Amino acid sequence: MLYDIFVDPFVQMYQMPDFFLQVLWEGFVAGILYALIALGFVLIFKASGVFNFAQGIMVVFAGLTLVGLHENGVPAYLALILTIGVMAVLAYGIERIVMRPLVNQPDIILLMATIGLTYFLIGFGELIFGGEPKRMITEELGLPTGSTAFEFGERGLVILQHIDIAAAVIAILMVGALAVFFNKTRIGRALRAVADDHQAALSVGISLNQIWAIVWFAAGLVALATGIMWGARSDVSFALEIIAFKALPVLILGGFTSIPGAIIGGLIIGFGEKIAELYWGGLVGGGIESWFAYIIALIFLLFRPQGLFGEKIIERV
Amino acid sequence: MNAIVTKESLPEPRPASERELLLRVDNVSLSFGGVKAITDISFDIRKGEVRAIIGPNGAGKTSMLNVINGFYHPQEGTITWRGEVRRKMRPYEAASQGIARTFQNVALFKGMTTLDNIMSGRSLKMSRNFFWQLLWRGPAEREEIEHRRKVEEIIDFLEIQAIRKTPVGRLPYGLQKRVELGRALAMEPELLLLDEPMAGMNLEEKEDMSRFILDVNSEFGTTIALIEHDMGVVMDLSDRVVVLDYGKKIADGTPEEVQANQAVIDAYLGVSH
Amino acid sequence: MFYREAGQFKTSYEADQALFPIRQDKIGLGIILLVAFVVIPLTANDFFLASVMIPFLVFSLAAIGLNVLTGFCGQLSLGTGAFMGVGAYAAYKLTTIFPDVNVIFLVLVSGFFSAAIGAIFGLPSLRIKGLYLAVTTLAAQFFLEWCFIRIGWLYNYNASGAIEIPTREMFGVIISGAEATPLARYFVVLTITVLIAFLIANVLRGRIGRSWMMIRDMDIAAELMGIRPLQTKLMAFAVSSYVCGVAGAMMVFFWLNAAEPSSYSITLSFQILFMVILGGLGSVGGAFMGAAFIWILPIVLRAIPNMLDVDIGAETVEHLAFMVVGALIIFFLIVEPHGFARLWQIAKQKLRVWPFPY
Repeated sequence: MLYDIFVDPFVQMYQMPDFFLQVLWEGFVAGILYALIALGFVLIFKASGVFNFAQGIMVVFAGLTLVGLHENGVPAYLALILTIGVMAVLAYGIERIVMRPLVNQPDIILLMATIGLTYFLIGFGELIFGGEPKRMITEELGLPTGSTAFEFGERGLVILQHIDIAAAVIAILMVGALAVFFNKTRIGRALRAVADDHQAALSVGISLNQIWAIVWFAAGLVALATGIMWGARSDVSFALEIIAFKALPVLILGGFTSIPGAIIGGLIIGFGEKIAELYWGGLVGGGIESWFAYIIALIFLLFRPQGLFGEKIIERV
Repeated sequence: MNAIVTKESLPEPRPASERELLLRVDNVSLSFGGVKAITDISFDIRKGEVRAIIGPNGAGKTSMLNVINGFYHPQEGTITWRGEVRRKMRPYEAASQGIARTFQNVALFKGMTTLDNIMSGRSLKMSRNFFWQLLWRGPAEREEIEHRRKVEEIIDFLEIQAIRKTPVGRLPYGLQKRVELGRALAMEPELLLLDEPMAGMNLEEKEDMSRFILDVNSEFGTTIALIEHDMGVVMDLSDRVVVLDYGKKIADGTPEEVQANQAVIDAYLGVSH
Repeated sequence: MFYREAGQFKTSYEADQALFPIRQDKIGLGIILLVAFVVIPLTANDFFLASVMIPFLVFSLAAIGLNVLTGFCGQLSLGTGAFMGVGAYAAYKLTTIFPDVNVIFLVLVSGFFSAAIGAIFGLPSLRIKGLYLAVTTLAAQFFLEWCFIRIGWLYNYNASGAIEIPTREMFGVIISGAEATPLARYFVVLTITVLIAFLIANVLRGRIGRSWMMIRDMDIAAELMGIRPLQTKLMAFAVSSYVCGVAGAMMVFFWLNAAEPSSYSITLSFQILFMVILGGLGSVGGAFMGAAFIWILPIVLRAIPNMLDVDIGAETVEHLAFMVVGALIIFFLIVEPHGFARLWQIAKQKLRVWPFPY
């Protein structure tokens, strides 16, 4: 038993390095996708202090809209542009109808409002597009679909899907763009002010409404990108919504307001759960992927409650 | 109960500095990361006195109180509480051994009524366990009523009968401060730490609060340590004053001595070095 | 007019500290209990009892449980569903091991198992607050769900992976299993719910309830006043999980007859959380109102097309119900973030001064 836990997995890693590399790659890709979802959370949290539970369903919704439009005969690129338009309308609507009347409410109320939003979007999405999983229009969007196999060692083989590589590249580009947006622009500074204190920000003349519409739109764009990438790997379906909860442990590791934190947190969770599942999961019957991420976050929290990049919290009275 | 007590009318058998020792801090230092909040401070508090801690903003006054009731743990120094020497206090210990306090920014339980807030001060003195609480009728109810009587006495003393059932979040600031004092009094403390009890009050409210503090001191015999910026109040109320500046002690003595101290004058008025 | 407290003088602290200090409230409660125990059983049909009242009561109890933790102690939990599941599986195993013991007793005992599990997952709450704590409870949710699926012993290695409730009697009346009549189940569920609600209300108005609220409102001040944070929070976790566990056990024993791990999924956690928030954080009465809203509203929505003779598919109705519930949640949060309990208070206040509001 002890051998199975402490020795055997490492022996396997050493003896079959190609498999280990493949696992790492899988972990990397999963991590990138978690990071993308977490990024959507971070954007909205930074700008409004709202923990947006609806990010998961926004990913599904964006993906479904794109696929649904294409199914109805809209060319792929036009569908993409229209979907961006839909996300903009959604962002404006959310700001107008949900966020604006709830300024200055306690966090838990705002959190609940986004869960209410989740319910609404689930109903709305299923009503329009139906509940069945749909295939993502990967090729039509000009995204690569093939795969490359790298020979490794004597008879080893590591297979990389092109779409995964594309996902990684797009994720990195988006993170870079967002980092610039947050740190170098006037709107970015306003965003950080709003995150600190709604009323104080209002009092120095920052328009909350405009800021929130912008962030929700940005989060919608991130959701669309996530939806395309994730959809290309599996299918576009409402099951994705549960996976979005994984963003929570990612955020715990990386901190709720840190963009690089979201990326690194996502990667740690991605690597951690794939390795744990494939090397240790079998010992307890498998399927530990569903909760392992939360346990990582939990253990982490006990030792470093402020997150990877947070400063030590000094409580004042 | 409501007779106005002035300092002069109090019997004062011995000067404050000769009374029995209640609490002493020796060479206490506290820092956060690289920032030194308190450097090597020693002073004592004697039974029955009103001890003022003054100093400019950021001098480390609140940190000092936090050290005394165990919310911050100093890196160096010792605290002697009723003859027992220890490295640091723990909040629970401090509370159960009779140290109560009020806070600079009112720290009331906002969702609860005035009555419940003051009742919460009795928590340590109530003991009926969970199963009696479930039943309510009988021991739990009797205990609750017994403590309710004590709390009503405090409510009478502070003249806040009218707001008994009002959630404290809705009260004006001055009354909140008063409720907070009531909550601390409900603990029947031996030492009462008051962190700026009169901040943000108008003259009338300050006079009321001063009267309450003196009454508490003389009627219940409670020792009081208070932080206050209003020098008039400090000089009138306190028996002895300790002055902090940039985390260091610069003076300690009776109000008259402190007033005449050159270092204190420099700290408050600024001095060119 | 008729809701007046004028002329009712409280002459003792006992009277002032009663659960319902105003006479009209006492009468109102009496009427509600009379309706619940006498009128509904006499008049309601089986559908109403089995699909409306029983689930409503089960959810109310679960909402009271979560309210203890989130509404009174201020600790956000997203693991309610799993804690309910622990109660259900514990009760199931207990009836398998002790088939002759009264099933109601076993259901009440099963709560202790979820209380223990709840306290374990409450341990991190000493260091973790707010949203961060939500992650701990999510860990509980997904980990326990995984246990319900993977640990065959818990469901007696059934091929279906579900737990099926055996038939059990009390005083010669079948109260659990498929043959039990809705009426018998209704009485069991109603009695347990009312009893626990009453006991919890007692705890909440005393020293322990106050210590929870102290932690919720200002944990630092509470600590400096001699409240031990860990003990207090763990107690809230344990009591909350006990109540949720009993609700979970009742859910499968007296309502569903059979349950799968997915019955206790995160969806259930959210449902209960909605009930608590909409009903009003920190209000036992609100838990009932919230449960009524979240459970009964979709039933009504589903019934509307039939009544209007409109022909739309069942699925469409389901989706529309989702949308309406989501929209109404947002609507109520905007209108009254403190929930129905506050609306009820405001209404009572208005009634007191009616018809001369100034």
